Amino acid sequence: MKRRLSLGTPFTYLVVLLVVGVTVVPLLFTILGGFRTNAQINNEPVGWPSPWNLGNYTDVLSSDVFWQAMGNSTLISVITTGLAVGVGAMAAFALSRYTFAGRESLYTLFTLGLLFPLTAAALPLYLLLRELDLLENPLGVALPQAAFALPITIVILRPFMAAIPAELEDAAAMDGAGRLGFFWRILIPLSRPALTTVAILAFVTSWNAYLLPLLVLSDPSNFTLPLGVAAFQSQFSQDTARILAYTAASMIPAIGFFVFAERHIVGGLTGSVKG
Amino acid sequence: MTASAVTAPQSEAGRVDPRPARRPGRRGTRLELALLLTPALVLFVGFVLLPIAVAVYYSFYKWTGFSPRTPYGLGNYQRVLEDEVFRSALLHNLIIAALSVVIQLPLSIALALLLNRKIRGRAVLRLVVFAPYVLSEAITAVVWLLMLQPGGLVDQLFNAAGLGGLIQHWLADGDLVLYTLFVVITWKYIGFGVILLLAGLQSIPAELREAASTDGASPWDTTRHIVLPLLGPTIRIWIFLSVIGSLQLFDLVWIMTLGGPASASATMATYLLDHGFSRYEFGFGSAVAVVLFVVCFIFALLYQRFALRRDLRGALTGTKG
Repeated sequence: MKRRLSLGTPFTYLVVLLVVGVTVVPLLFTILGGFRTNAQINNEPVGWPSPWNLGNYTDVLSSDVFWQAMGNSTLISVITTGLAVGVGAMAAFALSRYTFAGRESLYTLFTLGLLFPLTAAALPLYLLLRELDLLENPLGVALPQAAFALPITIVILRPFMAAIPAELEDAAAMDGAGRLGFFWRILIPLSRPALTTVAILAFVTSWNAYLLPLLVLSDPSNFTLPLGVAAFQSQFSQDTARILAYTAASMIPAIGFFVFAERHIVGGLTGSVKG
Repeated sequence: MTASAVTAPQSEAGRVDPRPARRPGRRGTRLELALLLTPALVLFVGFVLLPIAVAVYYSFYKWTGFSPRTPYGLGNYQRVLEDEVFRSALLHNLIIAALSVVIQLPLSIALALLLNRKIRGRAVLRLVVFAPYVLSEAITAVVWLLMLQPGGLVDQLFNAAGLGGLIQHWLADGDLVLYTLFVVITWKYIGFGVILLLAGLQSIPAELREAASTDGASPWDTTRHIVLPLLGPTIRIWIFLSVIGSLQLFDLVWIMTLGGPASASATMATYLLDHGFSRYEFGFGSAVAVVLFVVCFIFALLYQRFALRRDLRGALTGTKG
């Protein structure tokens, strides 16, 4: 294949370099800053660690605070994802492969949920969770988050499940499987790509959530990572190096997860957008 | 009525399969449907619809946490809409939304067009550009808070570039803070737009552009008259998500400025938290929540009616289209 080298090419690379710089500098500042001491940072905000100092990271990584927050975040995200995907898949199955009166209105009801921001529901949610005695409880965060993840889950899963050929369902029936058997043994495995997408969307949203955990969890031992990062920042505001180390350490799961699942995240976002 | 509507299995939503119906017994089917749909309905009604309804209900009461509820009519709404601080908060949301469309959108399109070319390391580049999007707003806020400190990394970079005279109190200057926050928001969310638009670009057949250039169209003309119109649906969705996101802006602002200084960066959501929780004004806070919801809802309806109608057919309007 012949590629014409246009005048635009050096310009392209210049822009690319600029974009990469702007994106990466704050990340490097955080990660490298964690290896510096406060004296180094105060003398020279921009600079390489010299000498490299592991103390901040070992402090953070050996502290209960960090691992507790990591554990809480993981627990809440896993419950949220499991609930949203499990319950959403069942509903999407009913809405895609059964015919019943009111099916379309029910689907429209769920899609309307796309327009309800969690922010607007936060205050009454807090009051409701207080009534249910779910404050300071992982479920108090996970249940509402799963509920708010349902609309997008169903919107993505329904067309996917509807497109699976009816012949498969007939064949399963021939082999004596009921419809629920078909759902569990054939539809779920076949829907894996779409299920992965919605699971990742739900997980990332929950992992990064700040507002609802802020309202529901006030005991520091229940904090999730975003709460922990913000609290650590205001608590140790003079200890910049330690804040940077804590922040960098809490970036790692998100970045690692992202590198691992980039294709699915991007596919999920673009897929969800196209409806 | 519900039972008689249960019919044959079908191949595609909305279209009934012509082959003979397999009837597993109506009672069984109804039981299955109940089993499949109840958990989702309970979750959705209980934690999405009910709270919104409850907020509407509470918004008509005067209720401050510990005191008993007393009916207050439209008093809370009057207070919200007459409060200068709320009005300026709403204005801040609208400014951020407008800036996003005017600045982030062209920037995203330009970057997506660049990244769509065959350049070295494109895959890595996509990863890098998209990385800030997966970080939480909390992390983003803390990182930028430290970088924007007086004498911090940003100021040092200005000095190094010989622009030391332009250094400002980025977060402490009431006239500037909103725009500083906008820069941070752009840093975090630009990758999202780029990735969406790249996906849109890749769905445009290369033959179309080749045909245009064979016919003598310049690259600019091809972009302007062929590529951009075909990106239309992606751009319209991006605008929708971006405006809704701007209207709900909270995490970043709360951590970086708490809406300050002197409410100069308050948004509807920080105003809601400030009154509903920090001051336990549950009735008043509910009214704020309802107003926030109505603003988003009106925008969504109008936008869907006038801009998204074609693009979203099948997603928000059922599968009949």
